[in-house]
Amino acid sequence: MKINRRNFIKAAIAIGGSSLVGFSGKAFAEKDFSDDPKRCGVLTDLTRCIGCRSCEAACNDANKLPEPEISFDDQSVFEKERRPDWRAFTVVNQYPNPKDEGNPVFRKMQCFHCNEPACASACLVGAIKKTPEGAVLYDESLCIGCRYCMAACPFSMPAYDYFSAASPKLVKCTMCYGRISKGEIPACVEACSEQAHTFGKRKELIRLARERILKNPEKYEDHIYGEHEAGGTSWMYISGVPFEQVGFPTNIATVPYLTFTKGFLGAVPLVLTLWPALLGGFYIFTKSREHKDESGAQKSEKGGKS
Amino acid sequence: MDRSMEQISKERLWIYEKIFNGLSFTEYMKSLVTPFNMIAVILILPGLSFIVNRYLYGLGAVTNASDVYPWGLFISYGLLSGVPFSSTGFIMATAYYIFGLKTYRPIVRLGILVGLLGYFFAVCFLLVDLGRPWRLPYPMFVSLGTASVLFLVAWHVALYLSTQFVEFCPSIFEWLGAERCRSWAAKLTIGATIFGVILSTLHQSALGALFLLMPGKVHPLWYSSFLPVYFFVSSIFAGLSVIILVSSLCRRFLRDKTDADFNTKFDAMILGLGKAASVVLFSYYSLKLISVAHENQWELLITPYGSLFLLEIVGFVFLPCLLYAYGVKMKNVSIVQITSVLTMLGIVFNRFNVSMIGFNWTLPHREIPHWKEFFIGIAIVTIGVLVFRWIVSRLPVLRELPKYPRPPKQKEEAFEGVRPSYLRLPRIAYGSIQLMNETIKNWKGA
Repeated sequence: MKINRRNFIKAAIAIGGSSLVGFSGKAFAEKDFSDDPKRCGVLTDLTRCIGCRSCEAACNDANKLPEPEISFDDQSVFEKERRPDWRAFTVVNQYPNPKDEGNPVFRKMQCFHCNEPACASACLVGAIKKTPEGAVLYDESLCIGCRYCMAACPFSMPAYDYFSAASPKLVKCTMCYGRISKGEIPACVEACSEQAHTFGKRKELIRLARERILKNPEKYEDHIYGEHEAGGTSWMYISGVPFEQVGFPTNIATVPYLTFTKGFLGAVPLVLTLWPALLGGFYIFTKSREHKDESGAQKSEKGGKS
Repeated sequence: MDRSMEQISKERLWIYEKIFNGLSFTEYMKSLVTPFNMIAVILILPGLSFIVNRYLYGLGAVTNASDVYPWGLFISYGLLSGVPFSSTGFIMATAYYIFGLKTYRPIVRLGILVGLLGYFFAVCFLLVDLGRPWRLPYPMFVSLGTASVLFLVAWHVALYLSTQFVEFCPSIFEWLGAERCRSWAAKLTIGATIFGVILSTLHQSALGALFLLMPGKVHPLWYSSFLPVYFFVSSIFAGLSVIILVSSLCRRFLRDKTDADFNTKFDAMILGLGKAASVVLFSYYSLKLISVAHENQWELLITPYGSLFLLEIVGFVFLPCLLYAYGVKMKNVSIVQITSVLTMLGIVFNRFNVSMIGFNWTLPHREIPHWKEFFIGIAIVTIGVLVFRWIVSRLPVLRELPKYPRPPKQKEEAFEGVRPSYLRLPRIAYGSIQLMNETIKNWKGA
C-alpha cells in the first residue's frame, strides 16, 4: 500500500472508526455516592442485645420470608454460627464474653448498607442501587444471576437462592425500605425490647455512638464499626468486646471499594484511543516494508532474466 | 425417471460434498463410529444430563456454590482459564496481519478458529453458571451498569466474539464457494484485527480487574494492583501455548487436512512460537517477583499459601520459560510441545489460586467444586473438541484451497529470489516428507 492521500484517508477512517466503535462498548462512569446529610442508618449496641431473636422474627414477618426450620423461640440455634441465607435477611449469633463469662455477647448481622456499596459498583445491569435514604436495594427484575455482587461484598452478606431454577434471586436486607419511606422504622428495630438498635440520621447516630463510648469508656471498645469500614456504612455497631471476637471481619478497607477499580476503568479510554493508532502505525509500516521488499524482488527478477 | 433422479442427486450433492465429506449418508454415519467418537459420547453424556438437572432444579443441584463462595469451576475454569486460552485469535492475527510475520501464515486461521470456539464455549460455561442465562442480553440492551468491570467484560466478550466471527468469515465463504462475500469479508480483516486487539487487551485485563474489588478476599500474594496486567500478559503465553498444542495435535491427528505449507513450516512455527512464549513468560515471572518485592511480601512466602505461590511461579512459570528456551535452542520440537501443556496447566493453576484456592483466605473452609461440575466441564470441553474437528475437517483452515491462494508475498521467496513457485513444488514435497518422518520419529521418541 502506497501512502498517498487516498490510502491515508482510508487508513485514518478505519483506525478512527474502530476506536469509535470501541467507545460504544466503553464502561466508564462516575457515580456520586457522597455522604448525604439526610442519610439514615441504624446503630446497634451489642452490649444491650440479649439474644431474644425477636428481630429475626419481625424481619421474617415484615418481609414475608419463608418459615424457618427452627422456630424463633428456640435458643438451640446459637450452638453454631449462622449467616443470613435465602430465607433470612438477618441472624443473631452468640459469642463468649471474655469480660463476663456468664453473659455471652450476641451479634445481629445483616447487610451493612455501605455508603458506596461494592455490590452496586460490581453489578453489570445496575440492579443494585443506593437510595438517598441509605438503604441499598436490589431489583430482581434486572438481575442476570452472575453473583459478582456476592463475590465483591467485603462482608459477604448477600445470599442467593441456589435451588430455584426459574427465578433465583439475591436475598438481602432492604432496611425495610418500604417502611422507612413511609416514615416508619425498620421492623427489627421496632421489635427490639432492649433498645439495642437505634434508627436515625447517620450523622446523629455517629454522635450518639461517640457519646455512649465517652460516657462509659470501660464498657465500650473505642471504635464505631461502620464509621469508616468500606468507606462508611449505614448500619453501624458499638461493642463491649473487640469486634474481631464477635465475628466481624477485620480485612475491610477503610476506603470505598469502587476506588479499587477506578484506576483500571480510567485506563480504558486510553487503550481505546492509543491502540488503534499504534497498531495502525505498525500495520502501515509493515505494509510499506513489504512493498519495498516486493519491488526489490521484482528488480532482481528482472536482473536475473536479462 | 433418470432425469428426476439426476436432479435430486444434484440438489443433494451440495450436502454430500459439504457436510458428509463426499460420502453417502449411510457411509457417513458408518464413518462416525470410531473409537474416538465413542469415547467422546461417553465423556459428554453424564455432563449433559447434569446440565439438564441444573436447568430443572437450580445451580444448587449440581454445584457447591454457597453464599460465601458464589463462584465455582465454571467461572474459575470455563471463564477465567478459557478466555486466556482463546487469546490465540488475537495473537496470531496480530503477528501475521499487523507485524507481518509471514512464517505463521498457515496457522493464522487456526488461531482465529480456536479463539472463536474458545470464546463461544466460555460463553456456554457462563450460560450454565448464570442464575438467569436467558437474561444474557440485559447488560447490552436492557439495563447498563456502566460502572462495573463485569459490564466491560460482557460487552467486550460479545463484541470480540462477533469480531472473530468476521475474521473467520473468509474460510466459511471459501467453503461455501461464495466468491463475492469472501472478498468483502477479506477486506474487513485489518480493521477487525485492530479492533480485536483492543478488545482483547481490555477484556483479558478486565478479567483480572474483576478481583481488584476484593482486596480482603483474594490472598495478598495474588492480590495486586497489577492484577489486570498479570491477566493480560499471562493470556499471551497462554494463547501461544494453546496454538503450539493445537497445531501439534492437528499435525498428528488431522494430517490429511493440512497442506504442504503447514507441513514444511511446522517446525519453524513451533520453535518461533516457543521462543515468543519463553520471552513473555520471563517478563511475567519478573513482574511477579517485582510485585512481591514491591509489596514487601517476602514473609508470606514461608506460609502454606507462600509455597503454593512459589510452586506456581517457579514450577509453572519459570520452569516452562527455561524449557521453552532450551527446546528452541536445541531445535527440539517435542520439548516445546510438552512445555506448552505445562504452561497451560500453570494458567489454570493461577486462575484457581486467584478465584478459588486463595479466595476467602481468611475463612477456615475452602470451596471444593462438586464432582458434577467436573463432568459438566468435561462435557463442554469435549463438545468443543468435536465442533473444532468438524470445522477443520471441512473448512479451509489448515490448508489453502487452490482456488483461493492467499497472496503469496512471502519473505522467504523474496530472499531466495527468483524461481517461480511451481518449480519449488518438488522440493516442498520432498521437504515435507522428510519433515514428516522426522516429526513422527520425534513423536515416537517423546
